[in-house]
Amino acid sequence: MTAVLSVSDLAVTIGHRSIVRDVSFSVEQGGTLGIVGESGSGKSMTVLAATGLLDAPASRATGSSKLDGIELVGASDKTLRGVHGSKVGFVFQDPSTSLNPLLTLERQITEPLEAHRNMTRRRARARALELLEAVGIPQPENRLDSYPHQLSGGQRQRIMIAIAIACDPGLLVADEPTTALDVTTEAQIIDLVRTLQHERGSAVVWISHDLGVIGQVADDVAVLQSGNVVEHRGVLDIFDDAQNKYTRRLLDARPLLGRSTPPETRPDAPVVLDVRGLDVSFPVTTPTGRSTVHAVKDVSFSVRHGHTLGIVGESGSGKSTIANTLTGLVRAQAGNATLYNSDGVQGAEVVKVSGRSAAAVRRRIAMVFQDPFSSLDPRGSIGDSILEPIKVHRLLDGQRARTERLNELLDLVGLPESFGQRYPHELSGGQRQRVSIARALALKPNVIILDEATASLDVSIQAHVLALLKQLQQELGLTYVFIAHDLAIVNEMSHDVLVLRNGESVEYREAADLFASPQAEYTRALLSAIPPERPRAAAATDR
Amino acid sequence: MTTTLDVEHIDSTRIASWRLLLSNPVTVVSTVVLTLVLIVAVFAETIAPYGINSIDVPGALQAPSSAHWFGTDDLGRDVFSRVLVATTVSLKVAVVSVAIAFVAGVTAGVIAGFMRGWFDTIIMRVVDVMFSFPVILLALAIIAILGPGVGTTMVAIGIVYTPIFARVARASALSISVEPFVQVSRTMGVPAPYILRKHVLPNITAPVIVQTSLSLAFAILSEASLSFLGLGVQPPDPSWGRMLFDAQAFLGQAWWLSVFPGAAIFVTVLAFNLVGDGLRDVLDPKQRSIMEARAKK
Repeated sequence: MTAVLSVSDLAVTIGHRSIVRDVSFSVEQGGTLGIVGESGSGKSMTVLAATGLLDAPASRATGSSKLDGIELVGASDKTLRGVHGSKVGFVFQDPSTSLNPLLTLERQITEPLEAHRNMTRRRARARALELLEAVGIPQPENRLDSYPHQLSGGQRQRIMIAIAIACDPGLLVADEPTTALDVTTEAQIIDLVRTLQHERGSAVVWISHDLGVIGQVADDVAVLQSGNVVEHRGVLDIFDDAQNKYTRRLLDARPLLGRSTPPETRPDAPVVLDVRGLDVSFPVTTPTGRSTVHAVKDVSFSVRHGHTLGIVGESGSGKSTIANTLTGLVRAQAGNATLYNSDGVQGAEVVKVSGRSAAAVRRRIAMVFQDPFSSLDPRGSIGDSILEPIKVHRLLDGQRARTERLNELLDLVGLPESFGQRYPHELSGGQRQRVSIARALALKPNVIILDEATASLDVSIQAHVLALLKQLQQELGLTYVFIAHDLAIVNEMSHDVLVLRNGESVEYREAADLFASPQAEYTRALLSAIPPERPRAAAATDR
Repeated sequence: MTTTLDVEHIDSTRIASWRLLLSNPVTVVSTVVLTLVLIVAVFAETIAPYGINSIDVPGALQAPSSAHWFGTDDLGRDVFSRVLVATTVSLKVAVVSVAIAFVAGVTAGVIAGFMRGWFDTIIMRVVDVMFSFPVILLALAIIAILGPGVGTTMVAIGIVYTPIFARVARASALSISVEPFVQVSRTMGVPAPYILRKHVLPNITAPVIVQTSLSLAFAILSEASLSFLGLGVQPPDPSWGRMLFDAQAFLGQAWWLSVFPGAAIFVTVLAFNLVGDGLRDVLDPKQRSIMEARAKK
């Protein structure tokens, strides 16, 4: 076996800050190196520097990185142009922005072929067809003239892979290629890359924050923490016998079925939210005229006080539409939802109210959104954001009472009091999500809707936030509607689970029953898509 | 599992805005220049060494000298005195007309962008109609209705510049109003005026400030065009724009006639722009943290 990429003593500095230090690794033909670490650990920087793609302002890479004997650190633009696309292919995280929306798929796939292989238009087109077939796009000849917006996220990522492997590069770099995808799509992409690698014998560098995913793809794993490689061994050794504390923390943070259970609750608790026959559709403009998208079809569920209802489904299943309907951002065509106090009395209609009474009901339902970066006003301090609902509803008079409440809320979510003065950009993603939770708690709502509240966070931070949510539920008797696409974390949080597909309720049962014996085909598919606890490499030896 | 965080040590004590403004030398210099311009505008009549209409035909078109710093014009009037006195009216026209455009345009634009629907459609179609006329033609029409004079010039320029502010404000407000943090506020029952004031307005300041600085410059020039057509400042009263236009005929023989009023416009507009940039940085929390970190060093 020969090393396709060998990196030694690689270091990256930006200005005077050292980002990556003394990183060495090599990837052999047909092998896969997994690079794992939290955001900011320098994973992407390492790989960008090693492949000569580093272009952050004032950044400098030192050390050595040889691809097929060609030195890439400090190489000229001309050398790099000859290498990129031809000897190394890239797949990036966000499939919605890494394709050019103005070009057809054919133009984008044939671009590297025409640049590096001097192919004619005809031959490049034939090759593009082969590639589309190889990455599993149905009806490739019809697809060549499509534009990126006509494809789903998973299909776009397949196209990215097709472009990356177009020139048969010896090395494929995949930077968080499945992070933005649903679990079932993630499993498909993992399989696809493995198959392609098997057929073509190329080396792969796979970057991820999720050790569960890394376990499915990698032969060797390098664990990065603040720019240092803290552990670099075979995947089985890492999983079975992690030496480093940080590696073990990442292992523990993986969401796994049955690892942890939701807090104990009283089974006779009164129902707080009762949703009956909810039906939502939107008008959309299509090339053939106006039509409607039926986002939610006759969905019913109820949530009991102190319990968590998990709503699971892939993107487009209508999960978020349900949340938006309950919080008044979207109007429902049919159905109703009744909200009760924690003692089960004082029912109030949520969906079909408007005007002043709507504001009074809505403040009893709070919501935490997915993206911690855009759900806080960048121009307001953390204190302003958390206190806003209290101010507009005139719940507390006087600056002192408000400051006290602010400190109390910050304390509840595990943030120091000085954070009230800070602005959102001075916080990490996990800290911002804690602020969003504090804001949701401010009005002491009857129900908190968590819409993919941890989906944008690193696994280790996700674990912290989930633990915080459970702790708050136990201490304050909170009621959650927990929306997620990842069944493993739903398993960890929920007492009841509702599985949605294309706006329809597929399965709605108690969590314990559902996970023990899933009835619907779709639920079983979702369950099987969760990365197993053991790495794939273990399957061969365990058998 | 613990839920405590290892909090990096960010110093969260805040520095007062005016201190930060003064920590930027460019802002300080431009503020001083702007203050000087304002002082000149107020006391122009007393500072001016000659009367603005002291005609001295034998001494016409003299190059700058110790007696006439900026030279004399075709009627022998002192250009320096005229530039000083013109400051008053030029600045007044620029500031007042842009203020009118700012208030009317930003209000209409923000509400249109936030509410969308029929209000947005009506406002934007009105704006489209206004945009379809050349600026000067529209101003002419307005002055034709209201009658000539400095006051009506200000109103006319204000109205003509309103659609630009409406467009800029609406586009920014539209993108801000679909941000999750605005949706969060909506779900918590926060009333629309509060969201507009606390979330939408602060987040559109950057483009609006840039537009304001640009418009100040153009307003001075628009006033000049209108004065040239005999509708704004009435001769023999001077304004910078008026003087520039009058100087056109002498471009080849008396450069000082156009250079000095032009320089006055240039310095004033530049000062407005730089003060605007300084303000924008202080108002943006991200820039602010960088400045605070520098100030603390």
